[in-house]
Amino acid sequence: MRLKYPTDIRIVRVPCTGKVDVLHMLRAFEKGADGVYVVGCLEGDCHYNSGNLRARKRVEQVQKILDTIGIGGERAQMYNLSSGEGPLFAKYATEMHERILEMGPNPIKARRQQAA
Amino acid sequence: MIVADRKPIEEIIEEVKGYKHILVLGCNECVTVCEAGGKKEVGVLASALRMHAMNEGREVQIDEHTLERQCDHEYLEEIRDRIDQYDAVVSLACGVGVQFMAEKYHSTPIYPGVNTTFLGATEERGLWTERCQACGSCILARTGGICPIARCAKRLLNGPCGGSSSGRCEINKDVDCAWHLIIERLKALGKLEDYEELSPLKDWSKDRAGGPRKVVREDVQL
Ligand code: SF4
Repeated sequence: MRLKYPTDIRIVRVPCTGKVDVLHMLRAFEKGADGVYVVGCLEGDCHYNSGNLRARKRVEQVQKILDTIGIGGERAQMYNLSSGEGPLFAKYATEMHERILEMGPNPIKARRQQAA
Repeated sequence: MIVADRKPIEEIIEEVKGYKHILVLGCNECVTVCEAGGKKEVGVLASALRMHAMNEGREVQIDEHTLERQCDHEYLEEIRDRIDQYDAVVSLACGVGVQFMAEKYHSTPIYPGVNTTFLGATEERGLWTERCQACGSCILARTGGICPIARCAKRLLNGPCGGSSSGRCEINKDVDCAWHLIIERLKALGKLEDYEELSPLKDWSKDRAGGPRKVVREDVQL
């Protein structure tokens, strides 16, 4: 399909979104990621039954924590699609990219650069 | 096991905001099983505290460590050589661990990171329910293995009260009437005649009413 999506997104492959823990996402933000989004299979279609549902709950937990500490919960998002939906993958990437552009960089990154 | 629940991060942030070098200390036992104070929760809390401080432009160092238990001398001793580096410790152990830490490391402020809640069981992932109140003299032999002290709102020894309706307690229709459960279980065991026997007055001096308790076992003491 050779679809285009923003180039500043780094993909981390996992066997199932159920593998993604709150801690993984928080560590990414701590290291300066501006946003983290998890792309799972459609709800009801998880090969392991509930991996993507767990992932959604974990993303929600991360959103809450980010809001509490003033980083902005919107920086974490959960998306679902089927493996045949390439265009949707590109659309979600663009959507996330735009959301982050609107929110600005992760303040932690700036603090880290100041400190260095 | 001892069941604890996580404290709101805001509350912990407020408690430790004046400190520069903090240890977040987990426990590998009960609080790990109830997903409130194990290694993973230590990681999440420490990460949140670090980011919060950084975002406010404060320079703090927040370390993470998890002990096998915080209610035993030998495990707590493992951090003796580095406890002095820290201005404060946030302990994610139950109230026992927090207090044992405080007793052992007298000059280091210790803050609780969880709310210790009850003695209970894991009914399913994410659902823990109370089963025991550690009253000090167990009566489960006479009540079909269901505890009216922990599970009856009125702690009745000869129940049910008049509020029991369709198996539910009058305090809340989502709560099982403990005495209904007891009678059903005695029926299933073919021991309904046990129900006819009145329970004598319970010795509450073994409960908390007699002040803080201790168990002394000379047979195992060294
Ligand atoms: S309804 Fe049952 S559980 Fe509730 S107070 Fe009465 S006897 Fe106890």
